[in-house]
Amino acid sequence: MPLKRVISSRWTKVPVFALCLAPLFLLAWRGFSGGLGANPIEFITHATGDWTLRFLLITLTVTPLRKLLGWLELVRFRRMFGLFAFFYGCLHMLTYVWLDKFFAWGEMLKDVAKRPFITAGFTAFMLLVPLAITSTAGWIRRLGGKRWQMLHRLIYVSAVAGVVHYYWLVKSDIRMPVFYGALVAVLLTYRAASALIRNRALPVGQRQPVRPLP
Amino acid sequence: MLIRLAPDIRASEITPKRLYLNRRKFLAGLPLAGAAFMARDAAADTRLTGLTKSSFSTSEKLTPLQDITHYNNYYEFGTGKEQPADLAKTLRTSPWTVTVEGAVNKPKVFDIGEIMKMAPLEERIYRHRCVEAWSIVVPWIGFPLNALIKQAEPTAKAKFVAFQTLYDTKQMPAGRNAGIPLPYVEGLRMDEAMHPLAILCVGLYGEVLPNQNGAPLRLVVPWKYGFKSIKSIVKIRFVEKQPPTTWNISNAREYGFYSNVNPEVDHPRWSQASERRLGEFFKRKTLPFNGYADQVTQLYTGMDLRKYY
Repeated sequence: MPLKRVISSRWTKVPVFALCLAPLFLLAWRGFSGGLGANPIEFITHATGDWTLRFLLITLTVTPLRKLLGWLELVRFRRMFGLFAFFYGCLHMLTYVWLDKFFAWGEMLKDVAKRPFITAGFTAFMLLVPLAITSTAGWIRRLGGKRWQMLHRLIYVSAVAGVVHYYWLVKSDIRMPVFYGALVAVLLTYRAASALIRNRALPVGQRQPVRPLP
Repeated sequence: MLIRLAPDIRASEITPKRLYLNRRKFLAGLPLAGAAFMARDAAADTRLTGLTKSSFSTSEKLTPLQDITHYNNYYEFGTGKEQPADLAKTLRTSPWTVTVEGAVNKPKVFDIGEIMKMAPLEERIYRHRCVEAWSIVVPWIGFPLNALIKQAEPTAKAKFVAFQTLYDTKQMPAGRNAGIPLPYVEGLRMDEAMHPLAILCVGLYGEVLPNQNGAPLRLVVPWKYGFKSIKSIVKIRFVEKQPPTTWNISNAREYGFYSNVNPEVDHPRWSQASERRLGEFFKRKTLPFNGYADQVTQLYTGMDLRKYY
């Protein structure tokens, strides 16, 4: 199948990488051409935040696509997507720290402690830090596949916290955060369901105990 | 990364509307389809003349017209800041009537033309502070709200004034997704409404109001957060009890009836201590009552402004 060949070709990583950078270049281009509107800092904050969430979703879509469509080679891109989520998250954070608050650390600490939507966003970002650090082959080896995988499930929590961050910051029009929330719910439900099915398929003795619902 | 701030266009560099409308007049003269529509558009003179200056005006740098007209909160025309500039084109501001009713001796349905001539039009350059912690400086055009109130002759029962915005889903289809109950309603206490700083506004930058800024008639109460300055008014009602207000109905913990600009009382989700003046990089300190404390503090003596936020 040609699509599969494209996915597994060693030349695809470069254009995919470039494509992942496109939102940043678009933003920079808008910046230079005066296209950031009346409140440029707000525009940058929203754009980098949107792309952090989008890359988290893209990263979470890799596994379901591999399994449902059999595009196993897609896994080659998963780390790149995850690191781009972290990259845009860093830009989002930097916008807040530098452009919005201008390094007023005391004010920011108060924000994180007092304002639930910032607490949620800060949590979502901090959870990505260990994942970015341990994204190398060396760290997978050092931690061991099982433990590494356990650790990297933190992305589920990060994505949920990211959506909550978005939901809590909008004033009244909740359509976009609800839309992202629904996507995260679908992606996480897929994982829960497939884990359950896998477990059922095991011989009775090897099944994991399933906790009764509260 | 280099951040280019919004271009600073001086008011004098902006092509006056009457000049660019001339282009339409020219086009309308051509035997083109739709020419009749353009001719009607061009016939409307949007200039406001004979304006008097006001001692209430600030000498601060004006926010460019482009920013004032492309960074709007007008949820009937979308919840994005740039949406109203586009979607509010469907607003029909003529014919337009404003119903003045309730506890008054002289209730009346005014045509917008009558209101425009109710009192001499003044230019009022005010700071405008949004509850979202951004601010602009706008050369509004209007007259004191108290001129209309005096004409209506409120009775002893009139303790508050309630305002209502047009809500027509044909003209405002995006209103269905506003996430707030519509029609938009606002209110002032009688003494607030009588204060000379509170104006009924019909224009800005020498022209009639652009649709997205609340055409053809809006309130401007410069010492309160922007959402109190209700747009596209169709009804003014004098009442005995404190009237419901849209953002307060939507979220009472975050938006009070008074909503005076107050750097000491934070919005539950963000600080109100500082604000970003559009066009400026550094935030500036927010002033009590948006810098109009000298004029309005006496309205609130003895009131706990933390409780009545």
